[in-house]
Amino acid sequence: MRLTRVLALAVLLGVIPLSVGHARAGGPPVPLPKGVPADLWELLVPPENPVTPEKVALGRKLYFDKRLSKDGTVSCATCHDPAKGFSDADKVAEGIGGKKGTRNSPTILNAVFNEFQFWDGRAASLEEQAKGPLINPVEMGFANHDEVVAVVRAAADYRGEFQRIFGREPTIDDIVAAIASFERIAVTGDAAFDRFLAGDAGAISESARRGWALWSGKSRCNTCHAFGQSTPNLSDNKFHNIGVAAKNKDFAALARRAASVKDPKELAFDPEFTELGRFVATKQPKDIGAFKTPGLRDVALTAPYMHDGSEATLLDVVNFYDKGGEPNPYLDGGIVPLKLTEQEKKDLVAFMESLTGQGSGSPTRPELQAPTAKEGSR
Amino acid sequence: MKDRYERYLAEREAYFDRIRGLGRRDFLKASGLVAAAALATGKVLPHSFQPVDVVRADAPEKSFRFAYISDSHLYEKTLNERFVRAILKAVDDVNAMDPQPDFILYGGDLAQLGQPKELEEGAQILKALKAPVRMMVGEHDWYLDMGEEWRRHFGKDTYSFDHKGVHFVVLNSVIVEDYWTAPKMTPMERMKAMAQLDNPNGRPFTVGEAQRDWLKSDLTKVKPETPLVVFSHSPLYKIYKPWNFWTDDAEEVQKILAPFKTVTVLHGHTHQMLSNRIGNIHFHGMLSTAWPWPYAPQGLPKLTVRMNRADPFDEFDGCGDGSVDVFRSGRVDKSYNLWSRNPIRVSAEYLDSDGASARPPVETDVNY
Repeated sequence: MRLTRVLALAVLLGVIPLSVGHARAGGPPVPLPKGVPADLWELLVPPENPVTPEKVALGRKLYFDKRLSKDGTVSCATCHDPAKGFSDADKVAEGIGGKKGTRNSPTILNAVFNEFQFWDGRAASLEEQAKGPLINPVEMGFANHDEVVAVVRAAADYRGEFQRIFGREPTIDDIVAAIASFERIAVTGDAAFDRFLAGDAGAISESARRGWALWSGKSRCNTCHAFGQSTPNLSDNKFHNIGVAAKNKDFAALARRAASVKDPKELAFDPEFTELGRFVATKQPKDIGAFKTPGLRDVALTAPYMHDGSEATLLDVVNFYDKGGEPNPYLDGGIVPLKLTEQEKKDLVAFMESLTGQGSGSPTRPELQAPTAKEGSR
Repeated sequence: MKDRYERYLAEREAYFDRIRGLGRRDFLKASGLVAAAALATGKVLPHSFQPVDVVRADAPEKSFRFAYISDSHLYEKTLNERFVRAILKAVDDVNAMDPQPDFILYGGDLAQLGQPKELEEGAQILKALKAPVRMMVGEHDWYLDMGEEWRRHFGKDTYSFDHKGVHFVVLNSVIVEDYWTAPKMTPMERMKAMAQLDNPNGRPFTVGEAQRDWLKSDLTKVKPETPLVVFSHSPLYKIYKPWNFWTDDAEEVQKILAPFKTVTVLHGHTHQMLSNRIGNIHFHGMLSTAWPWPYAPQGLPKLTVRMNRADPFDEFDGCGDGSVDVFRSGRVDKSYNLWSRNPIRVSAEYLDSDGASARPPVETDVNY
């Protein structure tokens, strides 16, 4: 169990008084929807970057601002679009000049609950994560962070805000602190399933109820996508090889090679290296082909699925697990054929569809959309 | 039992101390250090790699390598497919080794209940191995028909061979005193009694006088400076008698091996990482492909680096296969290829130094 989660649990269980968290991070500036534990949310906000309404407003503006790319065509929202579940509906991300990445854009919804960011978990915080795409040549394309800072400093409409909030000229750390603050309020909840758990038996369909029973039973989804007080986003925050990368030919050979190389630098130049997943970040053989367990709230909005977008629909995903993933030398030992019936597969999909946030927890609620011209010029 | 419980309490206390003592920032630091360092450019720069298999400048000259697969406990696959999947995974692992091992030791307990179909299934699966296989028998292979079917497939249960200057001995260490004839047990009753881990009516494993005599005579033609590697299914020392993690005449066998300069014993049966040294003899356990046993409540050698308990949701965790590097000196480094975890190497230097140097890295992933 990750230590952060141990700590979170300790707080939930009352071992560590919550007031410590209150004193350090401050409460959420917006009411959190049903299904999102406020104490856990607070705990996951780093004390050095408390979420304030001003920072959220600035972060929101930056998030939707295409000037934050080398050619002025790509903003964070290009690939993490509120209209598309804060993802992009493409198999893999497309950055400046139509350049394609190698991985499916993960949603930022409820990313506050991720203990690691990126599919391989190479960033430990949303702040660190936000620095990555800005200088990735196939995403926003700046050569370095100084170029990003120069663009923001040159924009007259930002100057006053950075001064007011951070008391200085824009820096890269302040830019990503603001973006991360906006992302931390992009939580969704009040899903039909949350209302069901709260006692409204009719909130989800009969099929979804069967799916929920299967979730923790025959289909074993809860092994990794557990739902509970400390895992409200249905992720164990770990990394697993379920064989998605092994759909590509020669993965087994690449994986064997990765495990035996003395100097992993020699693998860095292999175009398929990215398919080694978590191994890229840790260089530990057990992480070969393992990718982060994504959270599943609003999952119905974020097709296609898997780190490479290789499964088009939720039913395709269920079928992939049903056959026991894709065999490869590092396949996780929990991935076995499930022998689900067609009805059971539909039930699982119905359950996942009941996880979409609504009302005050909807991903399409106004405060998560691009600021209007009026808001933007504040 | 008391010492184990006390250790558990001490470990538990230390664990909670650690949690209390750390703030959230420290947690994030600890968990995110590698990730943080890797991010810098948004591209992946491989660095800070700690190879498990560290090649040191003063590393002894390697002579050859052999691999092992052990304790597969096969049922017919219509009854249990999981153990079949596991041995197939081990066969894949070994066949993928490059360069190929000189040979592969099969460490015993190929079958679960000595059934002809189980042994046949296992024999067929092992045929897929590219390198030659050396077989050893375990009690699960033996006690339905006292090894008749096993010997039909694989030949003698006690034998020796020479390879690149090393003398190898394979023993049948699962001989027990007859406790089935008097109560008129059927062969299947006998088999099932032997297949229990904790059989109150069982008898301790032995190598037995006949094999000890054979061993003495086999070793008369071997010079004391010739490296010796002995394979036994049960450990050739005493850990815990109620589970037969034990060989009752271990001391007598050790005495026969004592005159030789470098001796290594590799054993199965215990399904876990186990390291020991008694005088000049190094002992290494083998992993099972089927399941890991918990550590016995008593008798754990102090040189053993314990593996943590397995993740119950991961059928491969705590299982695996492995390999042995034999050096010109005759000493060996033993590698545990733990599935779902990082491989761990227990070196001759570690055992020779009585644990003072080259301590193997313990699993630091707090998930386990």
